[in-house]
Amino acid sequence: MIVTQGLTKRFGSVLAVDGIDLQVHPGDRYGFLGPNGSGKTTTVRMLLGLIFATSGSAEVMDQPVPHGLKHALPQIGALIEGPAAYPHLSGRTNLTLIDASGAGTSRRTRRARVDAALEQVGLAGAGRKPAKAYSLGMRQRLGLAAALLRQPQLLVLDEPTNGLDPQGIREIRDLLLAMNAAGTTLFVSSHLLAEVEQLCTRVGVLDRGRLVLQDDLATLRAPTGRVIVHTPDVAAAVGLLDGRVQERDGTRLVVRGLSAEDLVTLLVRDGLRVQEVMAERPTLEEVVLAVTGAGSDRIDSSGDER
Amino acid sequence: MIRVEIRKLMRRPRTWISIVLLCLLPAIVAVLLRVTHLGPRPGEGPAFLSAVLANGTLFPAAALGIVLPLFLPVAVAVIAGDAVAGEASVGTLRYLLTRPVGRTRVLVAKLVSVLVFLFVAVSAVAVTAYVIGTALFGSQPLATSLSGAPLTTAQVVQRTVVVVLYIAWSMIGVASVALLLSTITDSALGAAIGALAALVLSQVLVTLDAANAVKPYLPTRYWLSWVDLFRDPILWSDIERGVLVQGVYVVVLLGFAWANFMTKDITS
Repeated sequence: MIVTQGLTKRFGSVLAVDGIDLQVHPGDRYGFLGPNGSGKTTTVRMLLGLIFATSGSAEVMDQPVPHGLKHALPQIGALIEGPAAYPHLSGRTNLTLIDASGAGTSRRTRRARVDAALEQVGLAGAGRKPAKAYSLGMRQRLGLAAALLRQPQLLVLDEPTNGLDPQGIREIRDLLLAMNAAGTTLFVSSHLLAEVEQLCTRVGVLDRGRLVLQDDLATLRAPTGRVIVHTPDVAAAVGLLDGRVQERDGTRLVVRGLSAEDLVTLLVRDGLRVQEVMAERPTLEEVVLAVTGAGSDRIDSSGDER
Repeated sequence: MIRVEIRKLMRRPRTWISIVLLCLLPAIVAVLLRVTHLGPRPGEGPAFLSAVLANGTLFPAAALGIVLPLFLPVAVAVIAGDAVAGEASVGTLRYLLTRPVGRTRVLVAKLVSVLVFLFVAVSAVAVTAYVIGTALFGSQPLATSLSGAPLTTAQVVQRTVVVVLYIAWSMIGVASVALLLSTITDSALGAAIGALAALVLSQVLVTLDAANAVKPYLPTRYWLSWVDLFRDPILWSDIERGVLVQGVYVVVLLGFAWANFMTKDITS
């Protein structure tokens, strides 16, 4: 769906994106992660033809970027660095104008498309208010509605849940999951790891312009082989397990070399009580923090100031 | 796309306010003239104002003479400067281009909508001025041309129509500068002010003897040549040159605007 090879963008002396090789497969829910200023937005803009790459190549929906994009973009819905709307016009008029821009949309079905998109994002009742009176969350929904206008096969979304409340986030996530189930590929750029963890099947991590990690979420979060167990009989358990306890924190023990079921059997046979037991998995946060540095919005007094 | 741009233009209150103001200014002058009967002496003040007291059918020409030096260029610079930069600053440009709408198409549609505005604005000034002029000063069957020979009302109207076209064309130069700057900066105000600065420079140089060498090529040099349409016979030479000079500016400036916009990284 999206394939890049050595995609690079240099702004003057700043290397914003440094030779990245992205691979997004059809049907993926791809989470594009990275600290602020790591080059996520620049990459998204390159993929959509707004910014021209310094070197490297990209293909989006089998079309070369940027020259073949005019064939791909009609099937792509995008939210780039926040929504935008003409402030003096209503949400509905904004959608109508954007739908009428560019070739290939039928005028007869325009009203139905606009209504459907407003309905999908939960703005059906607010379509007549001018966009400048919208709250941040409503603007975000309007931006999503514009991306959904043409039933895209690929959705490229930059921070799609920005400004939404927890219910709104849930609602939009459900909408995206439903669209993905119906065949739409999702490419979601975000720095909200929890968000991506709940939505995505595959992640790419960008750090200072380089793609430092790209893998299936399931692989990244595979069990480490250690087991976490909570027991009130800590001292007895440590004695019993004899050197297999690697970490001890109150009633929580991290044990290596035993499966969860064997561990429970062992403890219970000796009359020790078990409150909770589970296989240890790294969180996405741990995975990402292990491979990335600080974001570019943190500027320390010493060291490399960029 | 052109239709969409014209709809956007029509839904901006600014568009209508500027047209109303353009029409209002000559109306104020007309009322003052009617009340005081104090016309400027022939050869002084805005063209035709002295003749208007005798014949209202000449008022459209006088009205255009009033708005031409400042108000019309300001309105055009504001609208054209907003064309691309305005979309960039509210962020809609990136959504337009990923629709996708080709960059050339965006630029052409913007240009056409500016031209439509121009033509509507100039025509509105001429039409309201005709109505006001004939209502306040009455119409005589014969008007006096600048050469002294009489002109029939039909001739005056015909020539006024040509004046409208010529003035609209003269403004295209301003529109092109503003549009070029509009593709360079993301600030609509910056583009408009830049275009006006270019205009002021040109008008200063036109009055400067030391700039004689470049004078024939200045965009504002032939702006007032439409007055020659009210001579009998019409003096075409300066008008032809004016049309040509504006044409060259339009082609060159829009060429730059296009080249810049096509290769620009859209980071807004």
